[in-house]
Amino acid sequence: MFYREAGQFRTSYAADQQLFAIRQDRLAVLALLAVAFVGVPLAANDYWFTAILIPFLVFSLAALGLNILTGYAGQLSLGSAAFMAVGAVAAYNLELRVPGLPLLASFILAGVCAALVGAAFGLPSLRIKGFYLAVATLAAQFFIPWLLVKVGWFSNYSSSGVITAQPMEILGYVFDTPAEKYLLVLTVVALLALAAKNMVRSAVGRAWMAVRDMDVAAEVIGIRIVRTKLTAFAVSSFYCGVAGALYAYAYVGTVQPEDLNLDLSFRILFMVIIGGVGSILGSFLGAAFITLLPIFLEVLLTFLEHRFNLNLAPGTTSMVQLLAFGALIVFFLIVEPLGLARLWQIAKEKLRLWPFPH
Amino acid sequence: MRAWKLTPAAVIAAVLGAAAALPAAAQAPGTQFIGITGYRVGPYGANGAAFFSGFVDYLSLVNERDGGINGVKLSWEECETEYNNTKGVECYERLKTKAATGPTAIHPMSTGLTYSLIDKVAVDKIPLITFGYGRTDSVDGRVFPWLFPLVSNYWDCATGIVRFIAEREGGEAKLKGRKVVMLYHDSAYGKEPHPVLEAEAAKHGFELKLIPVPHPGNEQQSQWLQIRQFRPDWVILWGWGVMNATALSTAQKVGFPRDRMIGNWWSGSEVDTEAAGEAAASGYYAASLNLAGRDFQVVREVQKHVIDKGKSQTPAKLVGSVLWNRGLAAAMMTVEAVRKAQEKYGKKPLRGEQVRWGIENLEVDAKRLDRLGFGSMVPPIKVSCTDHSGSGLVRFQQWDGKKWKAVSDWMSGDRGMVQKMVQESAAKYAAEKGIKPACLAG
Repeated sequence: MFYREAGQFRTSYAADQQLFAIRQDRLAVLALLAVAFVGVPLAANDYWFTAILIPFLVFSLAALGLNILTGYAGQLSLGSAAFMAVGAVAAYNLELRVPGLPLLASFILAGVCAALVGAAFGLPSLRIKGFYLAVATLAAQFFIPWLLVKVGWFSNYSSSGVITAQPMEILGYVFDTPAEKYLLVLTVVALLALAAKNMVRSAVGRAWMAVRDMDVAAEVIGIRIVRTKLTAFAVSSFYCGVAGALYAYAYVGTVQPEDLNLDLSFRILFMVIIGGVGSILGSFLGAAFITLLPIFLEVLLTFLEHRFNLNLAPGTTSMVQLLAFGALIVFFLIVEPLGLARLWQIAKEKLRLWPFPH
Repeated sequence: MRAWKLTPAAVIAAVLGAAAALPAAAQAPGTQFIGITGYRVGPYGANGAAFFSGFVDYLSLVNERDGGINGVKLSWEECETEYNNTKGVECYERLKTKAATGPTAIHPMSTGLTYSLIDKVAVDKIPLITFGYGRTDSVDGRVFPWLFPLVSNYWDCATGIVRFIAEREGGEAKLKGRKVVMLYHDSAYGKEPHPVLEAEAAKHGFELKLIPVPHPGNEQQSQWLQIRQFRPDWVILWGWGVMNATALSTAQKVGFPRDRMIGNWWSGSEVDTEAAGEAAASGYYAASLNLAGRDFQVVREVQKHVIDKGKSQTPAKLVGSVLWNRGLAAAMMTVEAVRKAQEKYGKKPLRGEQVRWGIENLEVDAKRLDRLGFGSMVPPIKVSCTDHSGSGLVRFQQWDGKKWKAVSDWMSGDRGMVQKMVQESAAKYAAEKGIKPACLAG
């Protein structure tokens, strides 16, 4: 009834090729952006900004990066957290050592550093595939944090190897309140998501998907495998690197390379799998599921405990939360193996026919 | 089929809806709310459970026996961090909003989380008490007004261990030419004492080898192979969680004498030695901030007023253990700081900046310790703006196979050197961050 495109005619190529071809989609995306940029800052408090919204956006960006590599180009990687660490440390060193460099420029250059490192670790993908490639990227995950700690220069010889992010200042304006940090992160993430959405529709993106679906066939029709795979690694690592810089500057404020460990790489991979492999929206849904659901479950369980005066042993709610979280992951993967994004797609198809399904 | 397809959507809607509709659990008004970022699950859960049980038991004792601090009852809430920094930051942000007066003072019980919170607490005006861990140069309260590494810090501990070794060897002159290995947890925590140990090695002329163990440390064959090749006279163990027990049992396997191993205070609890087994751990030394055992008045009172009345969920075997006692001591210092602050600001729930003044002017002398029932469990402390630790003493204990026994008196390491290095390091931090060192007024 509300969601149908009857009567919307596309009369030009531009109209046919636009990002959101259906008017309702366009309005929904604009409304969502309006809520995110205007509504949320008016309504949310500091806890929501610092503990929920900023981490959600940062991990969405990292998941988006991995989704480009794994979902679109079909190369499995377990090094996302290491590339985030490269981005974070690169941004810190650029700000520290290059006087007068604008913050956003150092974020971009941090992404470029991560892209170079990512492309270097992507080289084995030219010869090996699948699980074996995952093992090769595992090397990045172990090597990079080790190197960042081992060489004192990276942390400016901090005795504990921890780096502390400098204040975020753009054109003389310091972003220090949680709401300002949120808006900065949101802007960066929205722009990069838009870029990703366009990239996967371009020649580059189609080449990635061709390689993913069958690399021999892709090679036969004239796609250069080397360039395609390495650009996928570079672009993916660029996104992870920027996510790492945002993690350091807008979220935690300090980075210990050992925090960006294999565990986090796995979490980012699970975000992609649960959200939807090969879907931009899925990266956001997956990040929301993995980062926010445990917090909601814990708040819910703590609330229930107080509400019903259950005198549980300390730590019980955390255990129950872990169990419930695990059960939900299994539940969703059984019901919809293609991820939350697929669920959203099904909902849209149903909505088109509603209320008169045939 | 259609209904089945819609279930996941319904589950999402139910969870999000329920979570969004929740009010923050309101704290009883008129109480001093204490926010606890604790951990009882995860790789370090056993250590955290012992410490935080002691912490909460002491708070219960103050409520049950004294009716609060000068009539102001305590309330608290524990948030599970799983020893994960990002979860810890989330917990901190959540606890901050739970009461009008804030969370009083935060005990992160994690050096990593301490680092993540340093900038945040200065903005939020919440003191951070790091009881025997954290950032060492935060002893200088002019640069770190919100951080309180109470009692002793890692550098005091490291120099104390060197002095203890010197005593066993028969004098500082005998240290020359000795070989010492430091086996450490490869994290901010494990790296913290490196500068001071290197300075000690240069000063006394012993050979120091630093060997890292990656988290979580349950596999140490290659490290102990290096140790065997190096043939050290002493091994300093700077571990945490499962790494400690593994180090002890691997030492037994390769035949390194345990009475030549000295742990720091996070490597010297029953959790570590009992997991390693009697044969593996007997003879092992550890520096300590507090004594173990049930033979203290305060432990008997907790037993009588809290545990026997069913107000505690602490497993009986934790009572009197090193980390449980440390939890008692940490809670006692928080409570005493609030009491001190009440002298100035009145007998009502106090905010973080008022409690900060209380900690900075905290003095718990031997007489007061006796009154509180702690006796010799912890050293007396006197905090000031220039010395946020207030003591710097350590004491050595040895595991006899059944329990920890004190083998030294309270002693200090090379305080002069530590203070000099603290000031240098704090000055460097202040310059990097553009901080003008100054004491905060109450």
